[in-house]
Amino acid sequence: MTQSRNLEFMVGIFVAAGIVALFFLALQVSNLGAVSTEDGYNVEARFDNIGGIKVKAPVTMAGVRVGQVTGISFDKETFEAVVTLNIDSKYDQIPDDTFAKIFTAGLLGEQYIGLDAGGSDVYLAEGDRLQLTQSALVLEEVIGQFLFSKAQEGAE
Amino acid sequence: MRVITDYFVKLGRKVIAALEKTGRGHMVFVKMIAGFDEILRRPSLLIRQLYYIGVLSVLLIGLSGFFVGMVLGLQGFYTLSQFGAEASLGVMVAASLVRELGPVVTALLFAGRAGSALTAEIGLMKATEQLSGLEMMAVNPVRRVLTPRMFGGIVSMPLLAAMFSMFGVLGGWFVGVGLLGVDDGTYWSQMQGKIDLHEDIYNGVIKSIVFGVVCTWIALFEGYDSVPTSEGLSRATTRTVVHSAFAILGLDFILTAMMFGE
Repeated sequence: MTQSRNLEFMVGIFVAAGIVALFFLALQVSNLGAVSTEDGYNVEARFDNIGGIKVKAPVTMAGVRVGQVTGISFDKETFEAVVTLNIDSKYDQIPDDTFAKIFTAGLLGEQYIGLDAGGSDVYLAEGDRLQLTQSALVLEEVIGQFLFSKAQEGAE
Repeated sequence: MRVITDYFVKLGRKVIAALEKTGRGHMVFVKMIAGFDEILRRPSLLIRQLYYIGVLSVLLIGLSGFFVGMVLGLQGFYTLSQFGAEASLGVMVAASLVRELGPVVTALLFAGRAGSALTAEIGLMKATEQLSGLEMMAVNPVRRVLTPRMFGGIVSMPLLAAMFSMFGVLGGWFVGVGLLGVDDGTYWSQMQGKIDLHEDIYNGVIKSIVFGVVCTWIALFEGYDSVPTSEGLSRATTRTVVHSAFAILGLDFILTAMMFGE
């Protein structure tokens, strides 16, 4: 009897340890603990060029992750990219004249959307649109402009 | 003329034998799964097998996971530091463990540790006519002997693979953060940012369940189908390990292509 109890005890420990390992992977290793997508509100931002932004790219404010990109589409009439941002419902006091910019984390890092708070008293709500946006920095364009201005300097 | 017909006879005999073996394997598999109600009636049979297949493998799996994680930490740090990207060490360690190494290495170790033991056990039961003895007592040996072992393997494998990945991540953390000076917060936060619960972890668990089914099935069938002599038994044990390894690596490619292919 004691031997069988002992065996059952060991199996119980084994199964519990396995489940703990699965929870460890889910909570500590994966993004489950981070911002959840279910609760939160969606706002829209239009950019002339979104560079390499992809769905699930982070949305940050002062460097802190406040949400993520949930949708990217193209407006056929204005030729703009329409990006849907899902912002965590914890952050419900963001002014509606907030400035959205596309940044790159490091030289080769992924791109993300940074929000700069405005001064308005009206807060962003579901379905609002961010009016002030700045497109992604495309390296070729920047180099092109630099070369162009250098060439003009030389001509003068 | 005789030589040519002999050749075709041999070829035909081989093909038929292979087909028969495949058929027997599937028949046994269906019978094993269909014996599920036996486990519900006698859970102690499953618990005993969970002990022999699962609990006794924990030390091997945990230690291997830890060492694999430490090696990943060292090698990953060496490569990533050439690009100044040591901060991504956590992502590299966790992604390679959760997606590939966890399920695959666990399954390979499982085939060597538990699979060979199962084949030898069943084969010896057959050689000493214990299985026929059960049948004489009107006890179905597939349901009574094979089914609990099958489900023991299916339940144990995902748990063992999860433990392997967990110890691996901790091993990578020990080397990366403890010895090589990667920042503790960066290690975890980069990992949490890039590893997706659905994409990476669920798919890894699905892989390990598939490997659990296939490894245990091969081991049990090879034992059940072995020639009941000492030579037949040794061949069956070898075949278990070899076939399991092929099946794991082949299936891993197919599953990876299906899950992460697009």
